[in-house]
Amino acid sequence: MLTLDHITLRLGAFAIQSDRITIDQGICGVLGPSGAGKSTLLSLIAGFTRPDGGKILWNNKDITVLPPDKRPVGMVFQDNNLFPHLSVYRNLALALTHSTLLSQEQNRLIDKTLERVGLSGLHKRKPGELSGGQQSRAALARVLLQNRPIMALDEPFAALGPALKNEMLDLVADLATERGTLVLMVTHDPNDSLRIAPKTILVAENKIHLPVDTASLLENPPKALGQYLGARSYGQTPK
Amino acid sequence: MAHRVVAMKAVPIIAGGFVVCLVLFPLITVWMWAETGASLGAADWSAIRFTIWQAFLSALLSCVAAIPVARALARQRFIGRSAIIVLLSAPFILPVIVAVMGILAVFGQNGLINSVLSVIGVAPVSIYGLSGILIAHVFFNMPLVTRMILQGWLAIPAERLRLADSLGLKGWARFRVLEWPMMQQILPSAFGVVFVICLSSFAVALTLGGGPRATTLELGIYQAFRFDFDLGKAAVLALLQFGLVGVAALFTVWISSKDPFAQGLDRPIVHVTTGRFIRGIDTCVIVVAIAFLGIPMLTIFVKGLLGIISLPFSIWQAAGRSILIAAGSTLLCLGFALALARRWGEVLGSAGIAVSPLVLGAGLFLMIRPFANPFDWALIVTMILNAMLSLPFVLRILRPQAESIRTDYHRLAATMGLGPWAWVRWIYVPRLRRPIGFAAGLTAALSMGDLGVIVLFGTSDHATLPLKLYQLMGAYRMDQAAAAATVLLGLSLLSFWIFDYWGRRGAHA
Amino acid sequence: MKHLTLGAGLLMATSVVAQTPVLSVYAPDYFTSEWGPGPSIEAAFEETCACDLQFSAGDLLPRLMLEGPSTNADIVIGLNTDITKKARSTGLFAPHGQNNADLDLPIVWNDDVFLPFDWSYVSFIYDATRVTTPLNSFEDLTTLPDDQKIVIQDPRSSISGLALVLWVKAVYGDKAADFWARLAPHILTVTKGWSEAYGLFTDGEAAVVLSFNTSPAYHIVAEGDTTKKAAIFDEGHYAYFELVAKVAGTDQPELADQFMAFVMSDTFQSLIPMTNWSYPAAQPASEWPEAFAALPAPSKAVFHDENTAAALRDEAIEEWRTGLSQ
Repeated sequence: MLTLDHITLRLGAFAIQSDRITIDQGICGVLGPSGAGKSTLLSLIAGFTRPDGGKILWNNKDITVLPPDKRPVGMVFQDNNLFPHLSVYRNLALALTHSTLLSQEQNRLIDKTLERVGLSGLHKRKPGELSGGQQSRAALARVLLQNRPIMALDEPFAALGPALKNEMLDLVADLATERGTLVLMVTHDPNDSLRIAPKTILVAENKIHLPVDTASLLENPPKALGQYLGARSYGQTPK
Repeated sequence: MAHRVVAMKAVPIIAGGFVVCLVLFPLITVWMWAETGASLGAADWSAIRFTIWQAFLSALLSCVAAIPVARALARQRFIGRSAIIVLLSAPFILPVIVAVMGILAVFGQNGLINSVLSVIGVAPVSIYGLSGILIAHVFFNMPLVTRMILQGWLAIPAERLRLADSLGLKGWARFRVLEWPMMQQILPSAFGVVFVICLSSFAVALTLGGGPRATTLELGIYQAFRFDFDLGKAAVLALLQFGLVGVAALFTVWISSKDPFAQGLDRPIVHVTTGRFIRGIDTCVIVVAIAFLGIPMLTIFVKGLLGIISLPFSIWQAAGRSILIAAGSTLLCLGFALALARRWGEVLGSAGIAVSPLVLGAGLFLMIRPFANPFDWALIVTMILNAMLSLPFVLRILRPQAESIRTDYHRLAATMGLGPWAWVRWIYVPRLRRPIGFAAGLTAALSMGDLGVIVLFGTSDHATLPLKLYQLMGAYRMDQAAAAATVLLGLSLLSFWIFDYWGRRGAHA
Repeated sequence: MKHLTLGAGLLMATSVVAQTPVLSVYAPDYFTSEWGPGPSIEAAFEETCACDLQFSAGDLLPRLMLEGPSTNADIVIGLNTDITKKARSTGLFAPHGQNNADLDLPIVWNDDVFLPFDWSYVSFIYDATRVTTPLNSFEDLTTLPDDQKIVIQDPRSSISGLALVLWVKAVYGDKAADFWARLAPHILTVTKGWSEAYGLFTDGEAAVVLSFNTSPAYHIVAEGDTTKKAAIFDEGHYAYFELVAKVAGTDQPELADQFMAFVMSDTFQSLIPMTNWSYPAAQPASEWPEAFAALPAPSKAVFHDENTAAALRDEAIEEWRTGLSQ
């Protein structure tokens, strides 16, 4: 259970705050107008940004001052998810250990993870030799190997076509269910939230709101979100 | 882990502190040793003015001359291109006296150009004077600037080039969108580096300057120290020089903006073929550049080639020693540079050439003497000082890319918990391989050709190759000296090529 | 690391050889190089002394002044008269103990501390295949044609350059500045040291170079080349002496004295011409090698003692500088 307790942050002209928010296990989308602070929210949770005030708690343990690698968060960024000069195998290995040689156990784990994301046999490829979809899968594999209880995804599939994106979203949902991971997913497309996230956090007008039911939020969006979404209605039920 | 983060922050600070101490302590020691303060006479002030003026002009000309050459090399692909790029670095690493002889072989009274002119019936042209100094400085430094600009070209991500190509950007538009931003970052700092190098120029200025009008600060320090042994005056002048270099370094770093380019995926660069007209211009530019740089070096090489067989074994021993020192200096220098590859680190790094090596050497001599015999330390001290002397160039070469790497990957590394050692081993050094190779090559070659402090610390049996060269000349044996110069030139080029090749091989794009 | 083992090896070597006394001689680089006089002198002395002569190469004056009384040197060889005043002021040197009357020099030698071991005349060397005008005086230098230029050394960085300006000052006195101004158009360039200048000369860049009247001996003996000749001036030439001295605080006083006596000996003096290309100081001309005896030499020697040299130096350099800066 992730708790954000009265977080405040000010970066120049940008400011954001929250009341006490609790996020349970499962998948939670993050929506909001551009520049509202969605990525900043993830950054706060992952540890790349420190709040000016307030606390972040994981299972009631205070993690506010922990550095990123000590947080229970694995993050997939918008880009730069893999080191381009290292092979897929090496990228994944680094998620497990920093030594050059891996144990049999670790190698098996990597093989299994690659298989799970559908990239078997692509160990030796460099990221530049993979397609967009394959790169996303490799990034997912990386974060899986980190095996953290929270997965933060910052518009991870923005560059993919609809069919591929849906495939990846479903994969994320499956993995989350399998492992009981808490997934926070920022996306600019509400359909993504509708597809796999029962709850959504709205970030708008300098505030991080409480998680609410995704469908209801999109059927009756508040003004700020409504302007962002436009005239289309999003009242479809999740899969 | 908290202490890992602290370690990553501490390393640059420790390295920086070490560099500063290594440079300032000897300077202060010399200052304290001086009996009286010294005042500067009219001759000194005119020397200062001249020093700044010729350094400014040299830097300007080097940069201006480098732009078309770099562009030609970046645009065109042809056989021998990599060899030429390697050769481009050669003049910078030559020992001064060898290079001056080579330049005179082409431009001097008795040189090629004048021979050709006399055949045509035109009066001989004399380069002795400011023009001579500028030619020599451009000869030394233009290749370095060219390499820096080329590196800038290579650092433009492939995606951006493809975007420009797909937009059909040519000529002026292409320049404005692609080249100019890159040059804005590279040129001011290249200018600064050359300016700083030329500030401490001495032998070149004197020999080619034609007379006492071409006196520089460094000569003043040389005279004060080796001749008059007026430590006070030497310290004052050295301090002045330090101040000048410091200002120039600060200005340079301030002016060079952070890398404006976004990260690419290391996809190989695909070049658009250029039209025939441009190809023609580029070919001319490259040919002229090769002639200007290559003929003097070729002359030196050939002149001594025959004599090599008759060189005594001691020359080869000295060569071995030089190689050893070069290896040590390179390692030291790279170590410092990798730790200091950030903006303030680069300013600090300039301290390396800010203080006259004579003064540094004397200071170190005084500092060591109470504890040990400085002569036993001659090799180590030479290694350290050579590392310091190359540090500014290495930093200039490494910093832009080092900063990009940090910007692009620090978050990924942080989330994966990469500690300092893992970061360096897996990410930092591998992604910096190409500039590291180049920088290592430069340092190794520079160290080979450096007379260095060894002069002060005495040589006895531990002579280095450049010193042997001077000894031969001092014994009237000009032919053998030419042969030694050939060996020196060959070794410098070889050591440079080895490192550079390593860098280019492993690098991507 | 290699240097550590080198250092350790040196330390061990010196302690093993501790039985054999060590005579530490500071000398300039050209002296100790394998092509200079050093090696032969070391071999010859070690035959007679039952000791280990160790040269230490490097800049003499700065080192001595940096080291002060705790210097390791027992003997210092290679100083010249224009800087003896400063050297003497260090108080580091002891009387040489040799008989000045045994010296065979163009002037009378009165110094008891610094002993000349070789000498020559500062003079301009020219390429006889190019220069056809007679060069018999300083004024003749100013009549050289435009395509035959002179290269000289900077008096502020070169000991031979300093000797030149003092020579000109001795010959021209108050009119020195005027002479430099008239000579300026004929000067190709000024170099940091003798090596660079002589290199320019042998490369053909300059037709005339400032050097020593004994320089042609090298070309004649080693290369069989007689085209390089010394210009002998009627006004007389500056005499250039290279000196040896004993360090007062030496820990090997007997050895040091032995060495000083050795300097005056025939063995040492005979080694000098072919290794240092200068006239031996304690041998009469009749015993010199053929090539040296046959060299053209001036009839008159010009010389400043160390006090005059020190007093005139700044003025002479300044006149040179302004004269050439026109």
